[in-house]
Amino acid sequence: MTTYYHSVTLDDSKCKGCTNCIKKCPTEAIRVRKGKARITNERCIDCGECIRVCPYHAKKAITDKMEALGGYQYKIALPAPTLYGQFPSRYDRKAILGALKAQGFDEVFEVARGAEIVTEAVKKILMKRDCPKPLISSACPAVVRFIQVRFPALIDNLVKIDSPMEVSAMLARKRAAEQTGIRKDDIGVFFISPCAAKATSVKTSYERYSSNVNGVLSMADIYLGIVRDMESKKYDKVLIQAGIEGLRWAGSGGESLSLQAESYLSVDGIHNVAKILEDIENEKLGDIEFVEALSCTGGCLGGPLTVENGFVAAARLRKHLEQSRYMERAEKRMDYSEVDLVWQKKIEHKPVLKLDENLQEALRKMGELESINDKLPGLDCGACGAPSCRALAEDIVRGKSHETDCIFKLREKVRDLAIQMMELEGKMPPVMDDSSNGEEDLKK
Amino acid sequence: MSNGILTLVYDIPAMDMISAGEASSNVKKKLKQLGVNPLIVKKVSISMYEAEMNAVIHANGGSATVNIGTDEIVIIIEDRGPGIENIDLAMKEGYSTASDEVRQMGFGAGMGLPNIKKNSDSLNIESEIGKGTRLEIAIKFTS
Repeated sequence: MTTYYHSVTLDDSKCKGCTNCIKKCPTEAIRVRKGKARITNERCIDCGECIRVCPYHAKKAITDKMEALGGYQYKIALPAPTLYGQFPSRYDRKAILGALKAQGFDEVFEVARGAEIVTEAVKKILMKRDCPKPLISSACPAVVRFIQVRFPALIDNLVKIDSPMEVSAMLARKRAAEQTGIRKDDIGVFFISPCAAKATSVKTSYERYSSNVNGVLSMADIYLGIVRDMESKKYDKVLIQAGIEGLRWAGSGGESLSLQAESYLSVDGIHNVAKILEDIENEKLGDIEFVEALSCTGGCLGGPLTVENGFVAAARLRKHLEQSRYMERAEKRMDYSEVDLVWQKKIEHKPVLKLDENLQEALRKMGELESINDKLPGLDCGACGAPSCRALAEDIVRGKSHETDCIFKLREKVRDLAIQMMELEGKMPPVMDDSSNGEEDLKK
Repeated sequence: MSNGILTLVYDIPAMDMISAGEASSNVKKKLKQLGVNPLIVKKVSISMYEAEMNAVIHANGGSATVNIGTDEIVIIIEDRGPGIENIDLAMKEGYSTASDEVRQMGFGAGMGLPNIKKNSDSLNIESEIGKGTRLEIAIKFTS
């Protein structure tokens, strides 16, 4: 079995072994062991909730460093539209893109352009008669993985079209190769990412055999360089091309607005998303045509690798949206085939929550889990290292924990033992017993 | 748990829209953990949810007893409601005896029982006027 690569990892030296992250994880993937948080890789969907909540910044996303650019002859930056919301309003989009290019790139290709293409492709799916209702956006890779792990019945409802990042990377590389004559392999395409889940999508893609993107750079890492160059005016303005349809994908509800679906629902924040997915599974949302579900609060603008507060970023993005309102879509040239946009791989259910391969054994474990759970205090304190009493009960039946890992259970056991000791202490061997009831009895 | 069958019992409170649906949602979670085929899980949760909501909205609440075995799941919902006068009619799509008040809340469209039937392998209804209704829904794991 190959180990599953994913972006969110732990900085052991910073972790204090507290319970903040285990409580927030939507797939209960984290346990505290020997004073450090441990992530079960197969369960992690890279939503970044733990990164956000950790007070010690011990959770981090593995992304590529700027040095990764070195291996390529021609370098293209692919900024997510979230980038525009990171800077004060006095900087326009041309300046932001110019300063981004100045960080060591030969070209900048806005991912919002890819978003425009994906918007058109999804519109076509929505018009098909056999389109599942509601159709669920696959824009957020954390949500797609969440569905794989917890809501497998909804895999059919997902939009199986490449993400704006992949589409943009494909086009950027193709066109750069045509224009410069440089071999495609010598062109490096780098996504400027607001989130960890995208880094995982590039390294371990669920939809493609290999990603069109060569590296993922954290928005937070590149932020200061951009600010510095904008301040000192050390850049050439870059032609902006994407219109509002692509730009507004950065915020929650943006994709839906661009789609102009008849009835849509947009939900953000992974725990809110869980509730909506639950409703879809129960067929309660059959009247909704399209569901846009984004893992981060506020959508990508609230991503864990952004610098600006998501709400502030949303306000700042609004100005850019307004300015691009009357811009036409960037992509009028159809120099790609629509087939190229369809997912290459069939995405599958990841049954990591399953108690056992064998149903009979799983049933036995479930019964045991219930009875253990009934005896636990139900405080969900997290002191055992599991997020809840129920999760501890699950770990026990999986053979990964013991009942005495619960401090209340342990105390109960110690008290029982102490009572037994006291009782035993009171008992005297007859030869040493001076109250000698037995003898008095005999005299009578 | 006996004979390899896991039994779960839930109380269904009457007209409590906050906790309505909790029993079926809980069963769904457990079936996923047991590794039951996702499509079967979907059928179970839809039919149990319908039956649970019937008890909440129309029938004064009641209880759910769920027996999970290795080849099927049997859900028994017993309510304290008015009973069903004509079960054959109640099984027809669109037939409903719900009051305007209930309909205004968005329920009583007459789709509940037919939907349960559609999503289950067998549905058995016993009802006594003035006492209540007992629904036994069985869904097989292999299909």
